[in-house]
Amino acid sequence: MPTLNLSVEELREKARAIRHDVLVAIHTAKSGHPGGPLSAADYLTALWMNYLNCDPKNPFWPERDRFVLSNGHCSMLLYTLMSHRGLFSRGYLLTFRTVDSRLQGHPSKTSLPGVEVSSGSLGQGLSVAHGMALGARIRGTPERTVFCNCGDGELQEGNIWEAIMHAGHRKTDNLVVSADWNNAQIDGYVENVKNIAPLPEKFRDFGWRTIEADGHDMDDIVRAWNEAVAGTPSRGKGCGQPTAILFKTVMMHGCPTYENIPGWHGRPPKEDEVMHMLNELNYNYNTVDEARAAMGGFQEYDGYGDEDGK
Amino acid sequence: MASSIEYTNGIQPSDKWEMILTRKAYGEMLVELGKKNENIVVLDADLAESTYTKFFRAEFPERFVECGIAEQDMMNTAAGLSTFGLIPFLSSYAIFLTGRAWDQARNTVDYSKMNVKIAAAHGGISVGQDGCSHQSMEDLSNMLSLVNMTVLVPADYWETRKMMEWIPTHEGPLYFRLGREKVPTVTSESTPFKPYHTLEAVGGGDGVFIATGLMLSRAVHAAELLAKEGIFSRVLHVPMLKPMNDEEILQAVKETGAVVTIEEHSIYGGLGSLVARLLLSNDVHVPTRIIGIPDIYLMSGKPEELLVKAGLTAENGAAKMKEALALRK
Repeated sequence: MPTLNLSVEELREKARAIRHDVLVAIHTAKSGHPGGPLSAADYLTALWMNYLNCDPKNPFWPERDRFVLSNGHCSMLLYTLMSHRGLFSRGYLLTFRTVDSRLQGHPSKTSLPGVEVSSGSLGQGLSVAHGMALGARIRGTPERTVFCNCGDGELQEGNIWEAIMHAGHRKTDNLVVSADWNNAQIDGYVENVKNIAPLPEKFRDFGWRTIEADGHDMDDIVRAWNEAVAGTPSRGKGCGQPTAILFKTVMMHGCPTYENIPGWHGRPPKEDEVMHMLNELNYNYNTVDEARAAMGGFQEYDGYGDEDGK
Repeated sequence: MASSIEYTNGIQPSDKWEMILTRKAYGEMLVELGKKNENIVVLDADLAESTYTKFFRAEFPERFVECGIAEQDMMNTAAGLSTFGLIPFLSSYAIFLTGRAWDQARNTVDYSKMNVKIAAAHGGISVGQDGCSHQSMEDLSNMLSLVNMTVLVPADYWETRKMMEWIPTHEGPLYFRLGREKVPTVTSESTPFKPYHTLEAVGGGDGVFIATGLMLSRAVHAAELLAKEGIFSRVLHVPMLKPMNDEEILQAVKETGAVVTIEEHSIYGGLGSLVARLLLSNDVHVPTRIIGIPDIYLMSGKPEELLVKAGLTAENGAAKMKEALALRK
């Protein structure tokens, strides 16, 4: 199944559109977490558009790669990526966090086809992703790559380090983790709340191949993903180690007035704020309704419907 | 009016009981299942010797995932494995699986409806001399409140074997509880395990004992004690606590007019709580006694001594049944 194979310039533009949809949907819900999604938007856009092997018309296609969003509060970014990859229409994003929507506050596997596992309780996704990677191996299909995204604050969870130790021990090289290294969490800057540094050294010491990249420089992002997947069996030869890409990022990147303020972890923007944020992203509307209209307005779910598919 | 005790469904009288480990049945059956079904995978957290997953490890090392001392990681690794169509059985002790890894069991396995089979050794207080840290009187309530979880408590060796044959055919999260010590073979090779049903162990009309797990033996023994006094109580075994067969329990209680539940679990949130809720919400008001572990932490000691301390004995069961029968209208 081909990926979209966008150019670096197209990826930049796609990431801008994704930030747009994230902000409009969270504002519309009057609830949600904008900080992390804007932080991870550039590098996860590159992953979802150009690297993740999937069939948008059948999220349960057996030969797909897997993506696990371990930091489930970035759900709105996941949903927007899914929509822009073609799983369902953008207008459906506007139902985020409303009763009976498939777009739960935190991703729910049984609600939305394409969510590989429910997440939200932090620190759990990496173990699940590693189990998936081992499952692919046991099945004799290590070319199925499992991608997992973690927040940096999330790395304070003990279960994460159990998983890091386990994958390093088993040399699970069809597992690629991206960390959103924005140094911000609810209670402040990560280094002050509970320091996780030195991060690359920690991964390396646990047996991981570690790549560092600027999470907002699309050229560097593409370089990092290329290097990461080159070491997985999907590209012919596994490197014999799990891979971690540590993306240096800034919370709320793209909206300079609001960048690097931990308070934006979980606060929806008010109307004047979202208009200003959109303006900083170079979208110039007179009203939020115009922004919603640009997304197609409220739409019903039009994606894959099998709720209990495998 | 019965004149002698009536054992049903291949249940054995207490003088014929042998003492065998349920976790050994688990280990043996994993190998049998592994031979028949290549989707079976097994995980352990540094307890393969104790949980008897060592049998499977020896036979199918490529399908055995040792997770080290990391139960949270094991629970979620199993969840990940299940997404590739594998049927993971994971093992550790009940208190660690349903305590330390509860968040993983709830938020990942159960909420995502993953096909993960949680096999918990050392359920209950009959763990004995390791003491309170390794005993589990909370595991059933921890699991029963999970929406998609099926909860099984086998009585003995034979029933464990039969449950194990059925478990891979079940789709979804499942918890089943094994003990540490050798437990009496109350059932026999001919005793059926019928999923979604209770099992009548002893016939009778003078009240009903409702038991699960190891306590089936105490209930049958209690019925034997009462029979000597001409009291013939029914014994109903509940091997599947969730989903529980409400109709069969209601019918047994209505037919016998008094009920004593007995379980090796805290009185908060186990079998007794389930039965009491069921009876009250169906307006079945009969004399009821609930025998379980009272609100105490136990200690090191021989399993039998601890069961006596907690009141989990045939003698207590018989006494409580007499109390209930005296109040029966």
